[in-house]
Amino acid sequence: MGLEAKLDSDGFLVTQLDTVVAWARKNSVYPMPMGISCCAIEMMAAADPKYDIARFGSEVMRFTPRQCDLMIVAGTVTYKMSHVVRKIYEQMPDPKWVIAMGACTSTGGMYRSYSVVQGIDQFLPVDVYLAGCPPRPDNLLNALIQIQNKIGRTRAKDFQNLKLPELNVIQNN
Amino acid sequence: MDRLTKDDVHPKILQKLLEDTDLSIEDALENEMILNMGPQHPATHGVLRLLLRLDGETVVGCVPDVGYLHRGYEKMAENMSYYEFIPHTDRLDYISPMANNVAWVLAVEKLAGIEVPVRAQFIRMIVAELARIASHLVAIGSFAMDVGALTVFLWTLREREKILDIWDILCGARFTNSYTRIGGVANDAQPEALAKVKWFVDQLDDNLAECEKLLNTNRIFIERLDGIGVISKEDALSYGYTGPNLRASGVEFDLRRATPYLQYDKVDFRIPTFTEGDSLARYFVRADEVRESAKIVRQVLQLMTPGEIKSNLPKQVLPQKAEVYSKMEELIHDFMIVNFGINPPVGEVYHAIEGSKGELGFYLVSKGEGHPWKCKIRSPSFIHIQSLPHLVKGRMISDVVAIIGSIDPIMGEADK
Amino acid sequence: MELKDLISQKLESNFPEAELEYSEYRGELNIKFNKKFVNSICKFLKQDSELEFLLCEDVTAVDWAKRKNRFTVVYHIFSLKHNFRLVLKADVDESDCSIDTVSSVWKTSDWQERETYDMYGIKFNNHPDLRRIYMPEEFEYYPLRKDFPLMGIPGSLPLPKK
Repeated sequence: MGLEAKLDSDGFLVTQLDTVVAWARKNSVYPMPMGISCCAIEMMAAADPKYDIARFGSEVMRFTPRQCDLMIVAGTVTYKMSHVVRKIYEQMPDPKWVIAMGACTSTGGMYRSYSVVQGIDQFLPVDVYLAGCPPRPDNLLNALIQIQNKIGRTRAKDFQNLKLPELNVIQNN
Repeated sequence: MDRLTKDDVHPKILQKLLEDTDLSIEDALENEMILNMGPQHPATHGVLRLLLRLDGETVVGCVPDVGYLHRGYEKMAENMSYYEFIPHTDRLDYISPMANNVAWVLAVEKLAGIEVPVRAQFIRMIVAELARIASHLVAIGSFAMDVGALTVFLWTLREREKILDIWDILCGARFTNSYTRIGGVANDAQPEALAKVKWFVDQLDDNLAECEKLLNTNRIFIERLDGIGVISKEDALSYGYTGPNLRASGVEFDLRRATPYLQYDKVDFRIPTFTEGDSLARYFVRADEVRESAKIVRQVLQLMTPGEIKSNLPKQVLPQKAEVYSKMEELIHDFMIVNFGINPPVGEVYHAIEGSKGELGFYLVSKGEGHPWKCKIRSPSFIHIQSLPHLVKGRMISDVVAIIGSIDPIMGEADK
Repeated sequence: MELKDLISQKLESNFPEAELEYSEYRGELNIKFNKKFVNSICKFLKQDSELEFLLCEDVTAVDWAKRKNRFTVVYHIFSLKHNFRLVLKADVDESDCSIDTVSSVWKTSDWQERETYDMYGIKFNNHPDLRRIYMPEEFEYYPLRKDFPLMGIPGSLPLPKK
């Protein structure tokens, strides 16, 4: 950070462990790209050189849910797909966050039809809803910053006393 | 990963997977390996699910399972007017939305018998060809990424971003454009947009050559694709292949030449055809087609002359927005079209264009109402996915990824 | 001889009992026939050396809701030799909601027919693998029928538990 060059002996910093953990966590969010349809292409565009999601420490898109802490649901979720999305969400280790990217994940959007789930919050807890059909990559970066702010505010006690079933899921997977 | 259990796979799919053996399902799950690939898998280009029966690393059976992105487009089309459906076509083949817009309005114009001004046709040709370039760039990039060459993906995506910038100037949206209108296009192409198109096609050849240099001399890339996923000319036709995949099997068939629409009979272009029918040939066809499309765009820029961009049919073609706000007649027509639709005569038509993946067709049945009685979308990706079991049978599991990449399916249009 | 006349002449002489009806709209030739002949007519059109309809572009159906023969199955086939598209049609009634498959003629119609079955409930006799393609196997309705509401039947498709 440039600071350590000014030190002539070992430096130290007084802070809370909680703060350091939250700071580290928020700057290395690993997204799970749940790319389903059109939004997935814009999510890819967010990773390309022009928008460069790496500036926010999230370029490591992991396609296995075991290594992720942020699920970006990008695209229309149908009833047939909803079971898959839920299963993948359950396979992610705690703590985890969800971005509902685009109008159709948030509310069903332009798809008023028999096979589309009218908003993924019917079966998933969502942290950030993202407007647009599809949202521009800048907008996805904005949502990522919002999630980072949210993660930065977490403290260890938020994750204690979790309900038993959720822990079971973690251990079984 | 959790072990696949009997409950995860529907018995009918398992039955299909084991149809040529006398294995019971319990037996197969114990002894042979049944691998579930997708619907969430980076190499399946969306939400395609494949069930593979493996003997060691060799694929002995494959059953594709689609429908994870079935959004009910055909039902929705029956419940909305012809104009309302234009934004929905963007989201069919979401890599080349402009081509879908063009296909839809051409089908509706054929149904209603609307003539379109020449300048609008040329603009449509430019955007359709740019859409083809964008689609093939993504296809090549993600294909290379699937077989392990990540750099090319970033480079082709960089080129694609330039096309999206052009669309941004042209119609104000970079991705889902909805630019065409029945009877023309939404607004005239601005001089700066056309200048940027010219700049783009001029610099494309060099940049594409750069990408190709990285792939064509790469032994790993060539050897992973050469002779993989071969389909013969007869099989390709029988499976209903169209577009680049058919041309890679040695059939020189292109709807732009076979049934010319727009002004394609006025431009000169080559139809790249290869005879091998393997994954490598499909890659070569796409790369060559990008050049041909750039050539078409260059010619169209020469041929274009100023003129009208919408036909003058107040009962069927939406007036320009500026006129709606200032003139009474236009306001009434706008109101009538938006509320009651364009009511084409009773009849049924099928119109297909050479989309970027293959033949993209719309079958429309009209009963003289404002909304279609029936709309069927003939999507090339759906047809191509069907041939996957034929292509992957007997190959290694790592070839499956290459083969899916080479036939370039987009689940948005496959599942509709 | 013009191609359209050639097709009709050939069909008339080979299938005199097929109740052939011709119509034309916007330059597309439509031929309607009795559904019993679908397989033999398709096979003939594909194999005849003067016609060679090698490419089956599309198989679908239309639901006419209140008509006597409720459904029409529609085939779009294309001849690469003549660059000509032909539309074949056969009526199917709701009481006997089935028609012969053409998947033995064109492999591509396998999935097209599955899709038609999934959306309209029309059964294709002798089809090698007739099951639902888009909707889950447990789904009981046929979405593109006109009596199916746009927003579906509540509770027919389950959601995962929250």
